Amino acid sequence: MVKKILAHGYLWLLLLLLYSPIIIIMIYSFTEAKVLGNWSGFSTKLYTSLFATGTHHSLANALINTITIGIIAATVSTLLGTITAIGAYSLRPGSRKVFSFVNNIPILNGDIIIGISLFLLFVSWGISQGYITVVLAHITFCTPYVVLSVLPRLKQMNPNIYEAALDLGATPMQALRKVIVPEILPGMISGFILAFTLSIDDFAVTVFTIGNEGLETLSTYIYSDARKGGLTPELRPLSTIIFIAVLVLLIIINRRAGKKKEA
Amino acid sequence: MQEKNYIIEVKNVSKYFGDKIALDNINLNVKKGEFVTILGPSGCGKTTLLRSIAGFQTISEGEILIAGKEISKTPPYLRPVNTVFQRYALFPHLNVFDNIAFGLKLKKLSKQDIQKKVKSALRMVGMTDYEYRDVNSLSGGQQQRVAIARAIVNEPEVLLLDEPLAALDLKMRKDMQMELKEMHKSLGITFVYVTHDQEEALTISDTIVVMSEGKIQQIGTPVDIYNEPANSFVADFIGESNILNGTMVDDKLVEFAGVQFECVDEGFGQNVPVDVVVRPEDWYIFSDSDASQISGVVTSSIFKGVHYEMVVEANGYEFIVQDYHHFEVGQKVGLLIKPFDIHIMKKDILFNSFEAEIIDDSHVNFLGCDFECMPQQKYAKGDKVNVEIDFGNIILYDNEEDGKLTGDVNFILYKGNHYHITIMSDWGDDVYVDTNDVWDNGDHVGIGVLPENIRIIDKKDNNS
Repeated sequence: MVKKILAHGYLWLLLLLLYSPIIIIMIYSFTEAKVLGNWSGFSTKLYTSLFATGTHHSLANALINTITIGIIAATVSTLLGTITAIGAYSLRPGSRKVFSFVNNIPILNGDIIIGISLFLLFVSWGISQGYITVVLAHITFCTPYVVLSVLPRLKQMNPNIYEAALDLGATPMQALRKVIVPEILPGMISGFILAFTLSIDDFAVTVFTIGNEGLETLSTYIYSDARKGGLTPELRPLSTIIFIAVLVLLIIINRRAGKKKEA
Repeated sequence: MQEKNYIIEVKNVSKYFGDKIALDNINLNVKKGEFVTILGPSGCGKTTLLRSIAGFQTISEGEILIAGKEISKTPPYLRPVNTVFQRYALFPHLNVFDNIAFGLKLKKLSKQDIQKKVKSALRMVGMTDYEYRDVNSLSGGQQQRVAIARAIVNEPEVLLLDEPLAALDLKMRKDMQMELKEMHKSLGITFVYVTHDQEEALTISDTIVVMSEGKIQQIGTPVDIYNEPANSFVADFIGESNILNGTMVDDKLVEFAGVQFECVDEGFGQNVPVDVVVRPEDWYIFSDSDASQISGVVTSSIFKGVHYEMVVEANGYEFIVQDYHHFEVGQKVGLLIKPFDIHIMKKDILFNSFEAEIIDDSHVNFLGCDFECMPQQKYAKGDKVNVEIDFGNIILYDNEEDGKLTGDVNFILYKGNHYHITIMSDWGDDVYVDTNDVWDNGDHVGIGVLPENIRIIDKKDNNS
């Protein structure tokens, strides 16, 4: 009995330590105090001022940039990753192994390395850095994750169904659209969500590819804000919102994965 | 132009996967409306042949005609054939109706037409009222019915079936065989059916094509294939048989197991070695008497439901005998066979023959290895010769390193008192061995020959 309490206690302590920073921010997002740690009574003013136009123009801009970059990068990498996964699936087993290895390198590789190498690439090709380069960079590191989430769906698919579609008169494109895509759609959606979350919270790659034209995403905004001394209080409600949003996405992914196992 | 009766014509088709030959110069004509079964053990190329007709596989050589048109370069979606796959291959995200309607929708048929055709296809396979069921909720047999409906609803010229019943249990399989035969009759389209189950093939087909190692061994009606097997492979593969070495003493007289029997075959010549096939149910078995052609002792007896299967040892040979009457193990019995129940087959090969090259006066190279042979002066170094080795003179080793070269046991034939084994050497040559030892299919063995058993003869022209 004591053993059980100890085991549970340890687990809860660990979770508390892990989540205490975000919980503190969430609590203090409901007060007006400028300095974190001072409680000046319950208020939702920070939330309203976050969304009020004009007051924090640059923060709102950064948020919009982050979301649009996330959506574009996730969409493009889902398309690219799906096509790549289908191609990889049709490879012979030996080549497929090599491909999987190559695909996993960017995933295991440090973000900082990807950031620096893309930075050098853009500089050496004389591409001026800005919105486009950030999007390209995000597509680069998101695509392998999409491949990784689509490939298992392909592997568990009955390999004959593609042939069955051709046999029934579908051209390869029609077979892809009407049979393969519906089969791997769950993997594509998981891949999209994964790519989106990876994109919105990326800092290392973004900071190297964002250039100096004044473009900001959330992560770079917070970073420069913090360096200017003191975080804007509106970051507290923003962090809370992002945390909740990511939590919801994660729950969706997990439930999809659970359903997949049942089927 | 007069061959227009054939719906499928396969002409000199070969298929290589790298060095491996999957189809070896296949020629096959299928008549319109025929139920043809391609039968063979796994890996014999039967599925490759079907996939080549369906278009999922390119062929390396030859041509395939469907309804008189060359289609070997046509993609599968333009061929007038439909396939029923072994693992059903239903589209899991569509319900029964949409699965069956898949092909019709691609052809842009009107809603009413699709509705009507799907309904009648479902009726055909006995699945009315299942339209809106999820395919994953169906049993194996029901899924297979939907797969068949999905194929026949398109009214193809030819229906290809790739072991469609292999995943079903025995009872279900028997029922479906009958239903398929009925369907074939009422639809009137050509069926090409692939199976490894010889009983299934005998039950449902008009014509059976027996394949082995990428080659067609025999084409014929089920009765022909059963009663007149073309070679020992077919005899062994279809049903059970006693296959023995024999000698055609004269027309209508054959000797095997040390006894001369009257038979009905003629034209082989005198004292010609042959293979003799006797089906187990063709033996007459009775308590030993004057009527016995061979006398022997029952060594095993198994009840098989309708009949007993007994093994009788006589003159040093084992015979499988099936009869309604039971004879005890150890009982002395007589065996008798009617002349027309003895089936004689010409022996294709009497001994191993390999192309070879002389290395020096006591070594010769064949099968990719140098073998020691008896010292000889007749041929000089580098001469091209032929080498002959009797089946019984090839030595097989458990331990691969003991042999000169290695190979895999490919085909085993019990010949009553010994095994006749075909071994595929590492370089793809067939080596035939007679042995009393028991080997298993797929065994990796060492192969060796003693010097005195290698016969060197002049090279034959283009003849290995």
